[in-house]
Amino acid sequence: MTLIVSAESLNKRFGAVTAAQDISVGIERDSVVGLIGTNGAGKTTFINMVTGYLKPDSGRILFDGEDITQLSPREVTRRGISRSFQIAQLYNTLTVMENIMVALSVVLDNAGRSGFFAFADPIVPGFDRRPQDVANMLLERFQLQAYRDRPAQILPGGVRKLLDIALTLVAKPKVLFLDEPTSGVSAQEKFGMMDKVMGNIRSQGGTVLFVEHDMEVISRFSDRVLAFYDGRIIADGPPEQTLSDPDVLKYVVGGHHAKG
Amino acid sequence: MSDSIPSIDQVPMANPAQDRTVVAVIAIAAMVLLAGLVAPQWAKFLLTIALAKGLVVLGLLPQMRTGLVSFGQALYYCLGAYAAGLAGKWFAVSDLILMILIGGSLAGILALLVGILLSRYRSIFYGLLSLALSMILYGLLVKTEALGSTDGFNVAPYTFFGYRPEQDSVRYVMLSVVTIIAAISSLIVHRHLQTPLGRMTTAIRDNEIRVEYMGASARRVIYVNYVIGAVLAGIGGSIVAAAVGHIDPEMAYWTMSGEFVFMAILAGTASVLAPFLGASIFSAIHSFAFDVSPNTWQMILGASLLLVIVFLPEGLWGLFRRARRA
Amino acid sequence: MDQLIAVCIDGVIYSSWLFTSAIGLTLIYGVMKILNITHGSFYALGAYMAASVTGALLARGMEPMLSYLVLLGSAAAVALIVAPLLERGLLRFMYAKDEVVIMLITYACFLILEDAIKLIWGVDPYFVAEPYGLLDSFEVGSLTYPNYNLILIGIAVASGLGLVYVLNKTRVGRLLLTVIHDPEISRAMGINVDLFYLVTFSFGAFLASMAGAFTAPTLSVVPAMGVDIIVLSFAVVVIGGLGSLQGAAVGAVIVGLVRSISIHFAPEIELFVIYFVMALVLAVRPRGLFSVAEARKI
Repeated sequence: MTLIVSAESLNKRFGAVTAAQDISVGIERDSVVGLIGTNGAGKTTFINMVTGYLKPDSGRILFDGEDITQLSPREVTRRGISRSFQIAQLYNTLTVMENIMVALSVVLDNAGRSGFFAFADPIVPGFDRRPQDVANMLLERFQLQAYRDRPAQILPGGVRKLLDIALTLVAKPKVLFLDEPTSGVSAQEKFGMMDKVMGNIRSQGGTVLFVEHDMEVISRFSDRVLAFYDGRIIADGPPEQTLSDPDVLKYVVGGHHAKG
Repeated sequence: MSDSIPSIDQVPMANPAQDRTVVAVIAIAAMVLLAGLVAPQWAKFLLTIALAKGLVVLGLLPQMRTGLVSFGQALYYCLGAYAAGLAGKWFAVSDLILMILIGGSLAGILALLVGILLSRYRSIFYGLLSLALSMILYGLLVKTEALGSTDGFNVAPYTFFGYRPEQDSVRYVMLSVVTIIAAISSLIVHRHLQTPLGRMTTAIRDNEIRVEYMGASARRVIYVNYVIGAVLAGIGGSIVAAAVGHIDPEMAYWTMSGEFVFMAILAGTASVLAPFLGASIFSAIHSFAFDVSPNTWQMILGASLLLVIVFLPEGLWGLFRRARRA
Repeated sequence: MDQLIAVCIDGVIYSSWLFTSAIGLTLIYGVMKILNITHGSFYALGAYMAASVTGALLARGMEPMLSYLVLLGSAAAVALIVAPLLERGLLRFMYAKDEVVIMLITYACFLILEDAIKLIWGVDPYFVAEPYGLLDSFEVGSLTYPNYNLILIGIAVASGLGLVYVLNKTRVGRLLLTVIHDPEISRAMGINVDLFYLVTFSFGAFLASMAGAFTAPTLSVVPAMGVDIIVLSFAVVVIGGLGSLQGAAVGAVIVGLVRSISIHFAPEIELFVIYFVMALVLAVRPRGLFSVAEARKI
């Protein structure tokens, strides 16, 4: 049971709003953790802090033993933590293929492979293939081939989210945060989408944390659930346990979701 | 700004022999060198200036692809010119290539310093800070007696590898040098845009946060593009100094930077050839409109700029692309 | 001691002029998020209109004391004709575009108006010095200053206080603040945002043309007038913070004093020091001395 990410007493305030109150949690390697909570409960703030976009007012974040609290998103990503976004963050005027190529370019550049004078195809670290092959593989895995040459801005919402997630996998992350991966996706498609996403991630290996509002998706895909409320973690345990926790029912889920 | 990424079959490292742009650059350069042999002197002169300014605009291209518009390229343009001129005045340097090297290098060195600061800025602040810096140079030059204040000073006739070209060949030699420099610079910038750093350039414009979250440093990309722009502007300035034979502080004034921005927008940023197209059209409008009616050429420029921004966001080059795709 | 007093008085006069010249720019930016380069054109138009109309009326035997009203009237006329045309006829279709693109559009308009001025008024300079010398002068120690400068100071103070009053104490002002915060929601609430933009732009243009009009009697009005004022206004507004009224005042004072000091003690750095301060502020605190917070993006 090794902790790959560990947050210790994270606090964050924005003026009068407390986004994080003494958040402490340890994430085990290769686990799948669901994060639930109403809007404004602090889930995205937590992700923003762990991934370096926000700095906590106090507290520490450890990744594989290293203190990453003060690192920038770029440095955090390069150490092996990637994230997807609540609102898909894509390169809107570029095509789907070009979006993936940018991700590949970053990976290649960071690995020092291929530059000004290189005229042969470089090999993408982690995949051991040429960039075009990695790109085609991702398009296939996420069933995006039909959208290959379409600009990102005209893609339907669910496809944008898929691309957003696909982009995170290019860097072969050890830990992946998915911020509301199925939001904006229709109810019928949610399961299918998560199946696709989780299948791909499992085949690469890694730890996953995902924020979700749909409790059925949470039950089905996570081994552990963290419930947030008012900047604190109010429950932590396996899905059946957490989802029937009285506080969680009261503050997060709403009584009618109770299994009974 | 316009958005054009090399098409996906050039991914990620292209084969130069199959690259349309490479072929075009070389072909056009060859045509200019040939045409220059028979063109009238005034045409050679105008084209030289257009190509030199085109170099400055080429320097704007990567920055604009990032979505950043520098309103201060005149800083390096003027610096390059004064460096070349002073090399002649104080150190008796008259070799054209040496002057160009000095102009470009000094510009580059300053940019290596300034870029550290400027690469932290975006949108209008990038424009405003670059503008402020060029105005600082302007303010310094205007009040410096030793450099001629507002009058500036003359640049001695250039030599080429030791000898002074005959009167008839002076302009042709200059034109050839500029053409070759322009061609080489275009190919370098084109190549740069195909490298990972180049691909990140347009990505930054679309979504800088995502670029950072992919593990790249947007600042580094912007810094590199800025230095490239400065070196090219410095080279352009030193060429103009040698070709015109006179330099003055107006070369650092914000309206000069405005001209470069105008040329960039006019032609668009779709191809490394576009800046030279923009500079040439600008020169043409300036010369002919100015002759016909000196009080309306700015109006014509302004109107053209407006039309291009509103109806042709990709610049005039966008028309070529649409024709090719059709 | 005399020098010190001279520095202060020159500084105050220059700062007032700077403030009046720059405040229109910051107002338009604050409300519409447009860095308006035609600001320089309105300044020049105000100066030209004021100089030509006042000069013509004076030549026809107008009572000299009325010239101040004519200056004001010319400025108003120019702003109220050109600004709405520009805003309704062009700019309002561009609001969705990027900040930098809109700035470039205003740059294009500036170029067009530069030549329009030359076409209408010609390239020869205009002089209309009477209003400047009409009011006698005041003395401070051994220094003499025309009382006209008090008008400049008065206009600066009046504009500043007037705007502060309107923004903070009137209903219109509060609605304007809503529009600044979120135009879309304001529209949804039934506020006529288009009208606010039109009025703001026109008023900002009027402030610029008024500055130009009242500057006209102090110098010769030439075609390049608008060009210099743009960068100077940028400097003032950037130092104080784009969109901030207090910022514009503080920026004007800083630039005014800095310039005054350098003119008296080190004239060689007069020009460059202003832009140096601008660059310094941009480097250290890009949003200026009075900045506004920004919301989270992701």
